[in-house]
Amino acid sequence: MTALLEVTAARKAFGGLVAVNDLGFAVARGEILGLIGPNGSGKTTMLNLISGALRCDAGDIRFKGHAIGRLPSHRIARLGIGRTFQLVRVLTAMTCRENVIAGLAFRRSPLWGAAAVEHAGALLARVGLEDKARLTADQLTYIDQKRLELARALALEPDLLLLDEWLAGLNPSELNAGIALVRSLRADGLTIILVEHVMDAIRSLCNRCIVMNAGRKIAEGPAAGVLAEREVVRAYLGEADA
Amino acid sequence: MNRYSAILFTIALAIVAAAAMVPLLVGSYHVALGISLLSYTVLATAWALFSGPTRYISLATVAFFGIGAYTVGALGEALPWWLVLGIAAVIGVAVALVVGLSTLRLSGMYFVIFTFGLSELIRQVVTWYEVNVHRSVGRYVFVDVTQNAIYWQLLALTVLVFVTGWLIGRSRLGLALRVIGEDETVARHCGIDTTRAKLALFAVSALFTTLTGAIMAPRWTYIDPAIAFNPMISFQVVIMALLGGAGRLFGPLLGVVPLVFLFEFLSANFPNFYSILLGLAFILIVYVVPNGIAAIIEGRWKGFGRRAEAVP
Repeated sequence: MTALLEVTAARKAFGGLVAVNDLGFAVARGEILGLIGPNGSGKTTMLNLISGALRCDAGDIRFKGHAIGRLPSHRIARLGIGRTFQLVRVLTAMTCRENVIAGLAFRRSPLWGAAAVEHAGALLARVGLEDKARLTADQLTYIDQKRLELARALALEPDLLLLDEWLAGLNPSELNAGIALVRSLRADGLTIILVEHVMDAIRSLCNRCIVMNAGRKIAEGPAAGVLAEREVVRAYLGEADA
Repeated sequence: MNRYSAILFTIALAIVAAAAMVPLLVGSYHVALGISLLSYTVLATAWALFSGPTRYISLATVAFFGIGAYTVGALGEALPWWLVLGIAAVIGVAVALVVGLSTLRLSGMYFVIFTFGLSELIRQVVTWYEVNVHRSVGRYVFVDVTQNAIYWQLLALTVLVFVTGWLIGRSRLGLALRVIGEDETVARHCGIDTTRAKLALFAVSALFTTLTGAIMAPRWTYIDPAIAFNPMISFQVVIMALLGGAGRLFGPLLGVVPLVFLFEFLSANFPNFYSILLGLAFILIVYVVPNGIAAIIEGRWKGFGRRAEAVP
């Protein structure tokens, strides 16, 4: 089976700091890949490279066979990659419905008018915001803003969804609901890259994990296995605990 | 069309019809005042079409205004009036596209300074051309267009700019611009080609600005680069739009009306202190109504709305 996304020898440096260093991996259609590692290990930079917010200094990224490493982010979005942001970014002055329509109106097969309103309503219901369509996004709680951001990403009808610490900061019951939601997205056929620190979520959701440290891949495999590896424990907790 | 929009449409039509009658009923002083009001309404509304949603503060108004005026100065006597207006429009849009492609990647303060620099650059280039090629700094504009005709043409342009703004506001382009204004990174990740959207609106805005300059040119009889490219025009348009509120289609109008009268009053009564008083007025506006009159009115309106919605 060909991979949906293939990253080959990706590299990105900011001045002297190499944030992503010779990183390569592939994501199969329909899987949830966990991208984990300590803070500053380059996970978000990798998402930014995939979504086109940043460009690789070297290496190659292919999505559905297209080389996307040099494409601007709006073209990548239209090819079918949706994302959320580590620090939630909703359009605060616009209503929830408009936030979602922003995702519907410019995708590969754009929706506008009554069709967009109807579809936006369905997506808001999917993330549990059906009662808040007419509220402006700044009136939402932090958690609801995250839900709204997810609805906007889903509006693109993506094949690949990049979730950047989407489950961070949730209380236990919200976390369970969040995990169930992500799982239901996979059931719908979405492929997901999950950058996450919440280990429960990683264990219960991810088919495979890639562990990063200082820009490099230090481990890869099923979640339970890689989390027990000595080098992974050392990267997270330091030498004494390894 | 539902009943509400039918009523609005009828009111708008009545206002336009009444405004069209003005030159037939009043003297030339009042027609001149009407020309001032209309020209600044077009300029400020066109400015807000682009700068309102994107929040890119442009000081290039006078660059396009001057291009319009100079097109009439150069071609007004040789070609029919409507053709001259058409050529001015084409030049204005072409310059906007070239300039926009190279600069709309800039944002914030850099864009402001660039647009100011652009206006000065075009003024200097025109001055150089006039001195070295045309061999005279100024030009006489002898075009057979009466004051009343200028008024009516500006009125038509005003209607056009509002209709255009209304259509854009309801279009995907309008939504794209609002998303860009809120968060350009999110806009790109929503699939919006931000450069193209900004460029399109910048060109539409420049089209109206250029046409205003062209229509206004015969008013002066004599133009030189210092008149046609007077940076004060850019500043006045920005402050009018900001006073009224650049986020709404009719916002700038709310700033144009009081400020045109204020400018008129200041220049008539304190000609020597005009710039100082104008500066003070600008500072006062930025401090007292930073979000514009439209936002204040809307805030009150929404206040009522929210209280009403809070009742289950």
